[in-house]
Amino acid sequence: MSEEGEVTGEFEREPVSDRALLGAGKFWGMYAGEHAAGTEFMIGPLFLAAGASLQNLILGLLLGNFLAVLTWRFLVTPIAIAKRLTLYYQLERIAGGSLVKFYNLVNGLLFCFLAGAMVTVSASAVGIPFGIMYEVPEATFGFGAPSFTVLVAIVGIVMAIIAAAGYEMVARVANIAAPWMISIFAACGIVSLVQMDATSLSVIRDGKFWSDAIAFVQAENLVNGNANADFGFWKCVIFAWLCNAAMHFGMADLSIFRFARNPSSGWAPAIGMFLGHYMAWIAAGLLLAAQIKLSQDTSANPGALAWGALGWTGIICVVIAGWTTANPTIYRAGLAFQGILPGSSRATMTLIAGAVATIAGAFPNLSNQLLGFVGTYGTVLGPMGAVIFVDFYLIKRFGLQEEYAAHRGVKINVAVLVAWLLPVSVGLYLIFAKEFYAAYAVVPCWVACGVIYLALSKFTQKPISL
Amino acid sequence: MMNQQILKIVSLCALAATIVPSLLFFLGLIGQNAVTVAALIGTFVWFAATPLWMGHEPEIDDKEVQI
Repeated sequence: MSEEGEVTGEFEREPVSDRALLGAGKFWGMYAGEHAAGTEFMIGPLFLAAGASLQNLILGLLLGNFLAVLTWRFLVTPIAIAKRLTLYYQLERIAGGSLVKFYNLVNGLLFCFLAGAMVTVSASAVGIPFGIMYEVPEATFGFGAPSFTVLVAIVGIVMAIIAAAGYEMVARVANIAAPWMISIFAACGIVSLVQMDATSLSVIRDGKFWSDAIAFVQAENLVNGNANADFGFWKCVIFAWLCNAAMHFGMADLSIFRFARNPSSGWAPAIGMFLGHYMAWIAAGLLLAAQIKLSQDTSANPGALAWGALGWTGIICVVIAGWTTANPTIYRAGLAFQGILPGSSRATMTLIAGAVATIAGAFPNLSNQLLGFVGTYGTVLGPMGAVIFVDFYLIKRFGLQEEYAAHRGVKINVAVLVAWLLPVSVGLYLIFAKEFYAAYAVVPCWVACGVIYLALSKFTQKPISL
Repeated sequence: MMNQQILKIVSLCALAATIVPSLLFFLGLIGQNAVTVAALIGTFVWFAATPLWMGHEPEIDDKEVQI
């Protein structure tokens, strides 16, 4: 078996061996193709729709992405290299197998929502040649046009069947498409600038084309009786920093960096951040600004936006971006569901995950709330990373047992359960009941989770006889 | 090996066809129609040529979810 084949199929429940370690170049190459995904087609326009100024976007995303890279480098990579275990196996050793299954189930349900948004994105592009338009209803759980709902169902079923067959084929398409997709994002942004007559440095620096688009959106909101959102500099910073909180603060990317030969590999997400979460977001935002200027249409329909800039290539890009993002998401959700019902087949569970994602995709308003969802996703999953952080750096210093569940043989470590659910419950209450900006909740929940885990461990850990 | 090099050059040209015309459009040298046609041709050539040389082995992050 080749080196790459080994790394994907082995070491699920053991440290990665020295012979399977990879150099930093491998990680730079890999991350170059990451984070330019279907979500970018939704997130970029949503920044404009939320009223983020161009200056705040350019500077805020710059700082936020830099903070994200620092988090990967200095939070995730040292633990990944020291332990060389997957997130799930590390959590199992600390929290217990049953609790990890529950965490995985929550993860899977959130993945279904994310995949649903990608089904919507892909359907928005598939519908363009057939004149089927993506329209966002007022109600969160309102359907779009019947023809669009049928299209979502068809796209979702096809994606679920492909995901049930495994991740390999689509992963290969995703790897092949990655450089092309980045190029298409850039081309979309450049064409949009020309469509707005922003063809000189002074006009681009002035940014009037962007502020005009925001003014148009806000005027339309007033006419429709909707409140205008306030999306300032720090919201841009925190969103860019924490939209991948599940991967860095939540330590999901331990599963990737456990293969790193040296810590310098931890800088590699920089290329993904600045191509996907900087260039691609801004380019996608420019698509909406151009559409507003050309047709006074404020709907963030990814398919129509890409069509307006690059025609058929834009359509193909949105479909592939949505599909290649949804596929691993549905696949992972299927694995999570299978973990709850060990006797079930992975294919069946993947189809169920695909069905849930398709139902979520039928509600266009859900994908339109992707900015909030991504923050909520980090708030729910991120804190588990604090448990790993405390267990790795602090727990022995307080005279406590690391990897308590593995040593004690417990299925649920109550200290972890409470430390995770308590701050997350408070965070979700603030987000949903008090309309707190979701990404702001991530770090407080992370810190609270770590502190509670440490404090409760002091009271709940029983001596282990060796 | 020689064929691989040629295929990589073809892929590179295809990639260029998706981005360079937009820059020419920006400079006012060509129209948007030419950009969309070049991008479509570049797309087909990229997906025809690149699978022939790009590695078939799965990457370590292929099963991971990215946003």
